[in-house]
Formats: sequence, structure tokens, C-alpha cells
Amino acid sequence: MNSPRILEIRRGVLEKNDLLAQSLRARFDAAGVMVVNLVSGPGAGKTTFLQATLRFLREAGAHPAALVGDLATDNDAQRLARSGAPVRQIVTGGNCHLEAEMIASHLTAWGIDLNALDYLFIENVGNLVCPASYDLGEHLRVVLLSVTEGEDKPLKYPVLFNSADVAVFTKIDLAAAVEFDRPAAAAAVEAVHPGMTILDTSAKTGEGMDHWIRMLTHFRQTLSQRTLT
Amino acid sequence: MHELSIAYSLVEMASRAAEDAGVTRVAAVHLRLGALAGVVKESLLFSYDVATEGTILAGSRLEIEEVPVALYCAACAAVSTLDTIQSFRCPRCGRPSSDVRQGRELELISLEVLDEQPAYS
Repeated sequence: MNSPRILEIRRGVLEKNDLLAQSLRARFDAAGVMVVNLVSGPGAGKTTFLQATLRFLREAGAHPAALVGDLATDNDAQRLARSGAPVRQIVTGGNCHLEAEMIASHLTAWGIDLNALDYLFIENVGNLVCPASYDLGEHLRVVLLSVTEGEDKPLKYPVLFNSADVAVFTKIDLAAAVEFDRPAAAAAVEAVHPGMTILDTSAKTGEGMDHWIRMLTHFRQTLSQRTLT
Repeated sequence: MHELSIAYSLVEMASRAAEDAGVTRVAAVHLRLGALAGVVKESLLFSYDVATEGTILAGSRLEIEEVPVALYCAACAAVSTLDTIQSFRCPRCGRPSSDVRQGRELELISLEVLDEQPAYS
């Protein structure tokens, strides 16, 4: 018997995903489409929020589209398609998160012309843990937290909240009814991601949506000056 | 739970490296796991045994080195490690910071390999 020797490797375990995500981002940049990854727990209102976002953007003359991840159904895609924007469902078959490979293969199968789009939204699977580790090639990661969920969610899922760029509080039309403690929720976000932008929205009443749309538009302009053509 | 899918990626990468190096037996796989990698150590250890089944790594140990978050604080001009990921504040002065310098690692560091040699030579 001989003693073990060390074979050095030093490579990221998710290197394959990360490289693919980088090449997707380069493709999105070249096509001039800004990509937004929406993450949240189940029931935070991602689909309703996205539905309103697509509607507002289209009313403003922009060209958005959406890729929607779901464990088993295509209900969300059907709801979103009513906005008139191109929508494609990714049924993950039980997989708890989206990976860059799924985005790449669905873009190919979809055959959508990225050059004709201004925004592509990716609605991730409702899960506050797994989507954090996977770069999808997005420019902006947005985490949603509904007022009905409990103000300490960011403290329970710090990795996802830390990985996101913007936090959106949804269903604020219900805030008073559920005695949402906004300062506590904002403090929890600030604790796990100091300086993160927080937006208050209601897709139902439209409150705060103008602010969100302005932020998207501004972000896309900044991005196009930097990278988008 | 995505640790099983991560374990499969890890096993694929480690097996290929072992085969490329002409290794026939692997005693251990060394991994660095950051506190912000979004991976639960216990779940990964459990998944590892499942993912290695029938591969060159079957029966090997997964050694995980946990890496804490390190934050840069501009006021202190210093990097400090955190013992929690629920409060991104400089442990020296208490000021908040989002300048993460360490803690997102999910890195295959090395393999501990056993070279088989003829018993009588």
C-alpha cells in the first residue's frame, strides 16, 4: 500500500453553468435585450407582478417577452400570454430551479428573435434557496417578497436576498390588512444586503408599478450605454 | 433541494480529472464551500454518496472546508470575516457593507489519489 498523493484541481463546481451564463449574457448584450431573473418563494405573486410588468412595458411601446419556469404546469404561461407578449413555459419536471442550459435550449426551441426584444423576463421556480446558486445570464436579479409572507424572510433566506440586485415588496394593497411591518421588513433586507434598492408595489392596484417601470427603463439605458448595442 | 444536482456536477468534474490523470483509486475529494454558495453541507454529503455510486469515486470521502464570508469595510480599510450571514456589518466598526470578498466559493480543490502498484515488482 502506498500513501495518497494530492492531485490539485481548483475549479468551480458550477463552472459549466457559469460559462454558459456568460455566453448567454454576451448574446443578450449583442441583441440589445435586458434580461431580468425574477426569484421568490411560492405565492409571492411573481406571475401577477410579471403580468402587470409586461402590460405596462407594452403600453410604453417596449417589446418584452418572458420565459416562465414551473415545476409541473403551464398555467402561468397561459396567464402571461394574455398580456400579448411572447411567452414560453419551461416545465422543469420537478427540478427546483432553472439553470443556464435550460435557458439556452428553450431559446433555441422557441426560435424567438432576441434582436426584436427590449426585455426578457425569466420567472424562476418558486423557491427561496436553490435559484441563488445559478447564474442564468441575467443583467438584473430581482427578489420578490409579498406583505403576507412575514417580515423576517430575508433573514431566513440570506443567500438569495444577498445574491439579488433589487427587492420588490408585492401585494402592498394588503399591507394594512395583514399588519405588514414595513420598517422591520426593510431592516431585514438591509441586514443581509446593505444598500439594496427596495420597491413597494401592487400589481392589482398598479401602485408603485410606474416606479418599477422607470427603474427598468433607466437600468436598460445605463446598460445599453455600457454594453448593449 | 439542489445539492444532488451539485453533487452530480462535482462527481462528473472529479471523475474526469481522475481519469485524465490516469488515476484508478480516489480516497478523498476536497471541496471549498462558501457560506454564500447556497449549498447545505449535510445535504451535499448525503448526496455525494448517491452521486458517486458506480463511479471511480465510489467509497471516497468528501472533505468540505467551510469558508466564511469576508467583507471589506471602506471605513476600516480592512477585510474581516463574519460569523453570521444574517448581518452584513463590519465586525470592527459595525458599519454595513456589501463588498463581499469571500464566501461564494463552491470549488473543487483537489483529489487525494492512491496509485496502485504491482504487489511484487
